Amino acid sequence: MPETRYSAAINRALADAMSADESVVLFGEDVAAPGGPFAVTRGLLAKFGPLRVRDTPISEAAIAGAAAGAALSGLRPVVEIMFMDFMTFTMDALVNQAAKAHFMFGGQCSVPMVVRAPHGGGLNAGPQHSQCLEAWFAHVPGLKVVVPGNPADAYGLLRAAIDDPNPVVFVEHKGLYGAKGELPESPAPVAIGAARIARAGRDATLVTYGAAVAWSLRAAEALAVEGIETEVIDLRSIQPWDEAAVLASVARTRRLVVAHEAVTAFGVGAEIAACASERAFGRLAAPVVRVGAAFMPVPFARSLERACLPGEADIAAAVRRCMAYSR
Amino acid sequence: MTPALRLLELYGRMATIRRAEERLSKLFADGEVPGFLHLSIGQEAVPVGVCAALEPGDTVASTHRGHGHALAKGMALDGFFAEIMGRASGVCAGRGGSIHVADMSIGMLGANGIVGGGLPLATGSALAHQVKGRPNVAVAFFGDGAMAEGALHECLNLAKLWKLPLVFVCENNGWGEFSPHERQFAAKLAALGAAFAIPYEEADGTDVEAVAAAARRRVEPARRGEGPQILECRTPRWRGHYEGDPQKYREPSNLDAARGQDALALAAARLAAQGVGAEQLAGIERAIAERIDAAVAAARAAAEPDFEAAVAGVYAGGRAHA
Repeated sequence: MPETRYSAAINRALADAMSADESVVLFGEDVAAPGGPFAVTRGLLAKFGPLRVRDTPISEAAIAGAAAGAALSGLRPVVEIMFMDFMTFTMDALVNQAAKAHFMFGGQCSVPMVVRAPHGGGLNAGPQHSQCLEAWFAHVPGLKVVVPGNPADAYGLLRAAIDDPNPVVFVEHKGLYGAKGELPESPAPVAIGAARIARAGRDATLVTYGAAVAWSLRAAEALAVEGIETEVIDLRSIQPWDEAAVLASVARTRRLVVAHEAVTAFGVGAEIAACASERAFGRLAAPVVRVGAAFMPVPFARSLERACLPGEADIAAAVRRCMAYSR
Repeated sequence: MTPALRLLELYGRMATIRRAEERLSKLFADGEVPGFLHLSIGQEAVPVGVCAALEPGDTVASTHRGHGHALAKGMALDGFFAEIMGRASGVCAGRGGSIHVADMSIGMLGANGIVGGGLPLATGSALAHQVKGRPNVAVAFFGDGAMAEGALHECLNLAKLWKLPLVFVCENNGWGEFSPHERQFAAKLAALGAAFAIPYEEADGTDVEAVAAAARRRVEPARRGEGPQILECRTPRWRGHYEGDPQKYREPSNLDAARGQDALALAAARLAAQGVGAEQLAGIERAIAERIDAAVAAARAAAEPDFEAAVAGVYAGGRAHA
């Protein structure tokens, strides 16, 4: 299977979706002529023309709101928000309009739109260009949220998101754009809501998504040397998330760690931990442990950012904490 | 159609909105309408005049004061009353209510609970018309209160840059919720139009013929691909921000002046001058009353919405969670 970069997989998914359906349009800041701030949309303007691939002014509220209106009137817009931090400006369009239109209009319409945005730190981009805000959107009934952690999932989930009749927040990671992975010649969509067992193991379940999947896999390798076999589940989607896959794994391993880059407080890990305690309490041999960023704005200086964000060592330590319990 | 017949038709549409909202006011006072109710009584000439310039495939996005837009675009009274009375047979299955009445089958993209919320939706709808090559326009109705929302400024800019078939229709009733317009907005919409080089026109929002003529002058260039247009209509706010609003912030003289501007009375006087007698208008009124009575009776007899069906309706294509 050929190797493809994460950014190229997204580019190909956009191109394939636009070729398959002329209702798919693309707009955002610098996505057309400049080819995208991270070069993700390079070449699409030349291929599909200025009617369907458009640069917008720096107007995130109008970008997201116009996407919702266009989706109500027959298009399948895919819009890009340059940094997930800038999605603060899109909240009315997503939370009050797009998320609710299908429901509050009694099922008369759907809102097939995708908002792509990169989250995550590691680039010393500072407090306003590094946040992982996906939990905000997962909290809103009517929105779907997916967070692909490798090129094949980036392709497959984006095709599924574009085909989905609901508004989907498609969360990319700036640090993953250059990451390589296998992408089949004819890649298939990946069902939204289906997790993937990235590594099988019998001793502990490690649930993660996005860039933290790679950290988790490295942690699992280190733990294997110590004789701890960790099952790594890549959620891929966080709204809806694959409860069945997680609970089935926890039923086998009896231990659960949830790791993500976002702050732990009120986050995705909190939801999964709560679900495990409600539905798998009798099976758990240890408290559920969450791993996430420190509860602080993502700081700028290299040393500060390194200390703020979680990594492989934090994840391995969390699994070891779980393993210390026996009952 | 003679001018008198045409005006008579517009009169009928305005009277339908006025009587429907008067009935809603009564139903609200009697506890038959839950929630908040924002009435547009006195403003009927704007939705009726503007929608008279529209084609069935044109789309409109509306405001929290959106009953007139819904009915003028062609929403059926049965689904309208059933929705606002919270019934399963409502046009939105009882999930939206007064502030979210919508009917996609007639291009009515919804009243909106967010001030300025409809502006980006209309902008996107206009984009869809343009990309799909449809001969249609989108209309963004908004109040003067939305002039201070960033959404308006972003959408004016985007619509101009992309030459969208979009008509911005401002219903300027002088009040943004509980405060007068002049304390909320430092500029003039006309000046904003000039700043973006978007053609602007003002119309008397109590004169349905004037609104209809102005709307045609704004809609047609937008339809021809000449880009966005602005129509500002001065219109009175007869009622409070919401039903039950005691309006203590308003001088009695201001309220009296508003109620002195009556689109229906103006149209009736003009019809009388053209030989349309009071008995003919009374006949129209009787027919409207019968239709409203029937819609209210049907809504009263209709079932309450089913909770499980509502939960299953959060996502298109079924529930997200098993």
